[in-house]
Amino acid sequence: MYDFAYHKPSSLADAVKLLAEDPDAKPISGGMTLLPALKHRLNMPTALIDLSGIAELRGIKREGDAIVIGAMVKHFEVATDPQIMAAIPALARMAATIGDTQVRNRGTIGGSLANNDPAADYPAAALALGATLITDRRQIPADDFFVGMFTTAMEPGELLIGVSFPIPEKAGYAKLRNPASRYSMTGVFVAKGPKGVGVGVNGAASCAFRQKEMEAALAANWSPEAVANIRQPANDLNSDIHGSAEYRANLVTVMAKRAVADAG
Amino acid sequence: MPQVTLTVNGKSHTVEVEARTLLVEVLREKLRLTGTHVGCDTSQCGACVVQMGEDSVKSCTILAVQADGAQVTTIEGLAAADGTLHPMQEAFREYHALQCGFCTPGMVMSAIDLVKKHPQGLSEQEIREGLEGNICRCTGYHNIVKAIAAAADVMQGRTPELARAG
Repeated sequence: MYDFAYHKPSSLADAVKLLAEDPDAKPISGGMTLLPALKHRLNMPTALIDLSGIAELRGIKREGDAIVIGAMVKHFEVATDPQIMAAIPALARMAATIGDTQVRNRGTIGGSLANNDPAADYPAAALALGATLITDRRQIPADDFFVGMFTTAMEPGELLIGVSFPIPEKAGYAKLRNPASRYSMTGVFVAKGPKGVGVGVNGAASCAFRQKEMEAALAANWSPEAVANIRQPANDLNSDIHGSAEYRANLVTVMAKRAVADAG
Repeated sequence: MPQVTLTVNGKSHTVEVEARTLLVEVLREKLRLTGTHVGCDTSQCGACVVQMGEDSVKSCTILAVQADGAQVTTIEGLAAADGTLHPMQEAFREYHALQCGFCTPGMVMSAIDLVKKHPQGLSEQEIREGLEGNICRCTGYHNIVKAIAAAADVMQGRTPELARAG
């Protein structure tokens, strides 16, 4: 990888200032995606701003009817936190399936959400649960946050500080992992909460999306059978050596059924 | 150049590195601890796993500067000063849990973290799933799983269940 300067600010304000001063600097959280990208020289930041020394980005707390998770919280912590396991067990179970143990020991929820990899797990949960993404300057509903492949609504220099998940009545998740890479070929997160039913899909298209036809069907009848005959159009889905768009479209239905069964 | 201080296998080292230097490069090239291997260099194979603080991590996907101040244990730090092997190393030997041996240091380091994180014991399925981040290209997983089950019993003070391991 190309060399760069390295800064490890101890406050959010310092991190934001460093990013504002240098438009070619990049924040690094767990680095599980960024470091491999740098090794491939896909990116040439002038500086890395290490967020691991910032206390404001840590912590998991319950705020009213929501669970608020700091951006630097690791997948392992999401998977094993008693508050999350009690309030949104499907989110904890999802986190336990990301990457492998060592990746979960480094990778963070904020890094994953801000990177918005099409095959990342969390964006589907954020969409289905109606999460709010909290940055250094504003709050962004999940529906407006995930804009496209590796693209979010955040502006250059804007920093994700946390995410607030409304606690659902029930939620479930199912995905088919690519047998080699273990990334999601297609995953579906379903949730029934105060704001209604949410169905978030990852891995199938260039960006995670909501399957609104399934949401309506599940709102009327919360059961795997309710989504069994809903066909996801294949038009905008990914097609590659691992599976055709039609295959992924079928997976949306299959994973939705399994996710509802998982939610109970 | 940035300066990094690491405690590796109980000994403090201060080294000058480039910001882009990986932790595994410091371990292997500066400290000459070549037991930690680089297999894929893409954080998939697990040959580079070391213990950092409370967790097992892939040292090929951590910058040395990110590890500044950390306590690191590598495969070289497991055996006692008199050469007595760690129970996990002993079990790998006893159960012949290796073929070519390239993945072994990472397997052992991951396995120790796995056992530590499951104080109540591990099922065979949990061991197999816990090794997801470690690849043995000789595909000799069966004896590795047996060794970890046996070492877990020793590390956690149970009588080794040879029947289960068999």
